Amino acid sequence: MPEKTVTIASRSGLHARPAKIFVQAAARQSVPVRIRTGDRPPAPATSILAVLALGAEHGTAVTLEAEGPGADEALDALAALLARDLDTEEPADA
Amino acid sequence: MPETVRGLGVSPGRAAGRAHRMAGPPPLPAPRPVSDAAGEVRRATEALRSVAGHLEAHAAKASDPEAGAILEAQSMIAADPGLAESVEKAVASGLDAVRAVDAACAHHRRALEEAGGYFADRAGDLDDIRNRAVATLLGLPMPGVPDPGHPFVLIADDLAPADTAGLDPAAVLALVTLKGGPTSHTAILARALGLPAVVACRGAAAIEDGTWVSVDGALGEVGVGIGEEAAAAVQREAVEARERRATGHGPGRTADGRSVPLLLNIGSAHDLPEGEGAEGVGLFRTEFLFLDRRDAPGLKEQVAAYAAVLRALPGRRVVIRTLDAGSDKPLPFLGLPEEANPALGVRGLRTSRVRAEVLDTQLDAIAEAARGGEAEVWVMAPMVSTVAEAEDFARRARGRGLSHVGVMVEVPAAALEAGRLLEKVDFLSIGTNDLGQYTYAADRQHGELADLLDPWQPALLRLVAMCAEAGRAAGKPVGVCGEAAADPLLAPVLAGMGIGSLSMSATGVPAVREALGRLSAARCEEIAQRVLAAPDPAAARAAAGDAVR
Repeated sequence: MPEKTVTIASRSGLHARPAKIFVQAAARQSVPVRIRTGDRPPAPATSILAVLALGAEHGTAVTLEAEGPGADEALDALAALLARDLDTEEPADA
Repeated sequence: MPETVRGLGVSPGRAAGRAHRMAGPPPLPAPRPVSDAAGEVRRATEALRSVAGHLEAHAAKASDPEAGAILEAQSMIAADPGLAESVEKAVASGLDAVRAVDAACAHHRRALEEAGGYFADRAGDLDDIRNRAVATLLGLPMPGVPDPGHPFVLIADDLAPADTAGLDPAAVLALVTLKGGPTSHTAILARALGLPAVVACRGAAAIEDGTWVSVDGALGEVGVGIGEEAAAAVQREAVEARERRATGHGPGRTADGRSVPLLLNIGSAHDLPEGEGAEGVGLFRTEFLFLDRRDAPGLKEQVAAYAAVLRALPGRRVVIRTLDAGSDKPLPFLGLPEEANPALGVRGLRTSRVRAEVLDTQLDAIAEAARGGEAEVWVMAPMVSTVAEAEDFARRARGRGLSHVGVMVEVPAAALEAGRLLEKVDFLSIGTNDLGQYTYAADRQHGELADLLDPWQPALLRLVAMCAEAGRAAGKPVGVCGEAAADPLLAPVLAGMGIGSLSMSATGVPAVREALGRLSAARCEEIAQRVLAAPDPAAARAAAGDAVR
């Protein structure tokens, strides 16, 4: 299954605004994406509860996985998002 | 017909508007046997969807982007597919819709708590969502601060910090609670936000949502059913009063110019307002340096913390209170044993009986900071009850070169001995909160006894007057640094008794300055006599209120 590992760049970790932005972006992808830390069982990236429960802080490596047509594009887009510091960016839609 | 219900005024000012009640968390009804599992799942998920929609709408309206983002994240949690899945599982295990929502939220709450750190902080969101969804299912009023879409007077049983975290001071005109006392969270919050507040107002239980009410946070009165016109008049007056206060400045004084310095109660240099600032500090609590520590802070650290405050107030008075600890405010390094009755135990200056070196180091630090600054340093000890204690403290402080040494009057014994205390020390500072607690033998934290802790209680006022009289006889200053000092109705009374300075949190100063500035010293004395003659708090307030109007 295609997967991609990326380090959380946001200073507050995958929490608060970064978590919200990530989950909203995951919901826009054409394929279901899952997220995990280390060897723990993966969780749907569209669930903010599951994403928060990862406890992924700044510098934590997380792995994204997806399958089917468009999987690679979805992984690229979401990985690129996590590699940015979402805390410092202006809200695009506010 | 308008009627008046009374409670305890804890934050002065007047306001009027429609009353709206804060509902508590809905109680869980007894479990129901499930016959239609699909129906239960549908009802539960519909309730969660409705909560999500409500939170989203709120988020869109939020004026503060931070608050909006938090609400949006909350809305996403309520709509989370993982939560819906847990609800389905819970119903499959035999739970009805209400119990399934409760169980699903509890499940995810645990997951967040296990993630730890700031992820665990979001656990409270699930409680809120659970309460809202359960209320929706049961057709009960939505818990939390109401949002009627217009400014309102908030009526609540009591307010906890979590309830008020999202409270919008622009939407809330005043606070009225059925429980609580002068030192309750509601009171502290109201004073910090500058909102009029009445607590311990049982009569407010009968106020219906949407009723026009007026609130007088000085008199502790709530006018119920006053109508829209009267409410508008009160609001106009309140706005004018606020404007007058905002433009007021300068030192505290009566209309004819008798000086009554208005000093600040602070916990550290952070509490000092910016700008031209205060006339001085009447109570610098030093506890913050000592809290959450395994070892006592060293001399250098203490000198730096005291110097930070002294530097900000060159030429002005700074009254530093030595460590006020006890088994009710435990400090691990003091090694105090647990006590059955902490309020009557080893606290305040009494801790120096067990750990004299802690006080000695603190006095060394204060003396050193004083030598390095230009502020006028006064030092005082808390919880003094005998002349011998005062004498011992004064000897230690003066031995280090501190020249303004005083003690706090917080127990009736000290008030009764005020004259003799002033033979040993240079000033007295009355802590009305503790003096009230010990005079009326009523725990400050006890919500049911709030009436006994009323700063207008006659025995408390008589003890304050005795201290003031002793000060006058000795030619030495006597100040008040409890919350009573921030009551603009009481401030002229205290000044009239001969209290020389009033110390309060910074937000209290403008209203007190205005109240004092409207009356001559002679008029203050006259009002004080009337108040002292009153047999109970209501009569005392009325006597002062009549005189001021």
